[in-house]
Amino acid sequence: MEDLFKKELKVINMGLEGFAETLKERGTTVLHVRWQPPAMGDDDLLSLLDKLK
Amino acid sequence: MSKIDQANQEAVKRMMLSRPVWVDVGKAKDVIPGMKDNLFLHAGPPITWDRMSGPLKGAIIGGIIYEGKARNAEEAEKLAASGEIEFAPCHHFNTVGPMAGVTTPSQMVFILEDKEWGGYTYSNMNEGYGKVLRYGAFDDEVLNRLKWLDNVYAPVIKEAVKLAGGVDIKSIIAQALHMGDDGHNRNRATTSLFIRTIAPFVAETEWGKKKDYDAPRLDLSNVSEYFKGGKASAAAEVLAFMHSNDLTSLNAIMAACKSMALAAHGVENSTLVTTMARNGTDFGIRVSSTGDKWFTAPANVPDGLYFSGYTAADANADIGDSVITETVGIGGFAMAAAPAIVNFIGGSPADAFEATNEMYEITVAENNNFNIPAMDFKGTPTGIDVRKVVEKSIVPRINTGIAHKEPGIGQVGAGIVKPPMEIFIEALKELAK
Repeated sequence: MEDLFKKELKVINMGLEGFAETLKERGTTVLHVRWQPPAMGDDDLLSLLDKLK
Repeated sequence: MSKIDQANQEAVKRMMLSRPVWVDVGKAKDVIPGMKDNLFLHAGPPITWDRMSGPLKGAIIGGIIYEGKARNAEEAEKLAASGEIEFAPCHHFNTVGPMAGVTTPSQMVFILEDKEWGGYTYSNMNEGYGKVLRYGAFDDEVLNRLKWLDNVYAPVIKEAVKLAGGVDIKSIIAQALHMGDDGHNRNRATTSLFIRTIAPFVAETEWGKKKDYDAPRLDLSNVSEYFKGGKASAAAEVLAFMHSNDLTSLNAIMAACKSMALAAHGVENSTLVTTMARNGTDFGIRVSSTGDKWFTAPANVPDGLYFSGYTAADANADIGDSVITETVGIGGFAMAAAPAIVNFIGGSPADAFEATNEMYEITVAENNNFNIPAMDFKGTPTGIDVRKVVEKSIVPRINTGIAHKEPGIGQVGAGIVKPPMEIFIEALKELAK
């Protein structure tokens, strides 16, 4: 684990973009992946989507 | 493949096979089935006079004066509120209109025929930029231009399109995407191709050769010294007007897109969006398998660039049927083909690519007619699936003009707008019934 931080960090960030921005500001190479829970995490919508597969 | 996926593939196939050809021009009440003397069509989903936004009210007021049903704005407003004038969405009459979309009974309209599936679609004549009826302006300058469009421009291009034997609008859109247009907010290439196609026939028309006639004239003295002091021919006026207005082709393009969207409508089990439209108050969609039912919610205000002297505080909520372009895979969905558009609506060329890429997440096909050279000729994202919009929480990206919120002023900018997510959720609930 310690070795990880001795090397140059290359980060993949998923979800909240703020984490990627903070790392970018510190000069870290970051690939941000826009991700959010399906149907905004709403169980009712997920069950409707399941019905419409 | 599920029955819904199969239905969606069938719907998008029908959309892409549609072949809209501009075949004629005619007076709305004579050519649009169901159109009548006291019926005014407007953009977006249904709305009553009391809920109409400023620009839509302005366009209705101007339309009533233009039709000779009132002498001034006060009389027109009174008539509009009296119930004597009927209002209906353009879409209910296979018609589409940019911004307010107001189409009055005696306005001249483009007539497009779908050569693959049959049937006709319609759109009025584009008036140009700035202070125009479709943005809710209605002073004498606006009304005189409308008279010129209906009495000089329309009869000339009617004769020309007959001589040409029709103009394939779909082909023009496909070529223009290779020339830096998106087909919605940037129409410099589509209009250039439109002019190039129709100009020889405009020159051949009997109407176009006239120099003396009893109709409003277009002042060409600012075009060239040549026109100062003398009257131009009607053909010269028509061609100069087309050249002055990059949006000349937009209304015909919209009618072509309406033709494509209609082809995809009514496919059982399909969850594809076949109408998106805004009236300045509400944003509405219709879905292939849910018939004529509209799903509506308050329209958002676009995010964009404003003309000098205006700010976001002046902007009306999203308005117009022109989002029919995005419905069939061009406009905001083809932004990667038109990076120069960011000069007009804001953002960077990278944003244009991002917009197009994002739209593949919510669509079911890559268009086999419209493609993007800078993306290895990948087909534009086409066929918006309500299920994908809700699942991924990504709404369609729309390029649009921005109208002033008060009637009588006009366009104040252009930008990008997103529809409200609620309408896709409501559509999803209906589809799951």
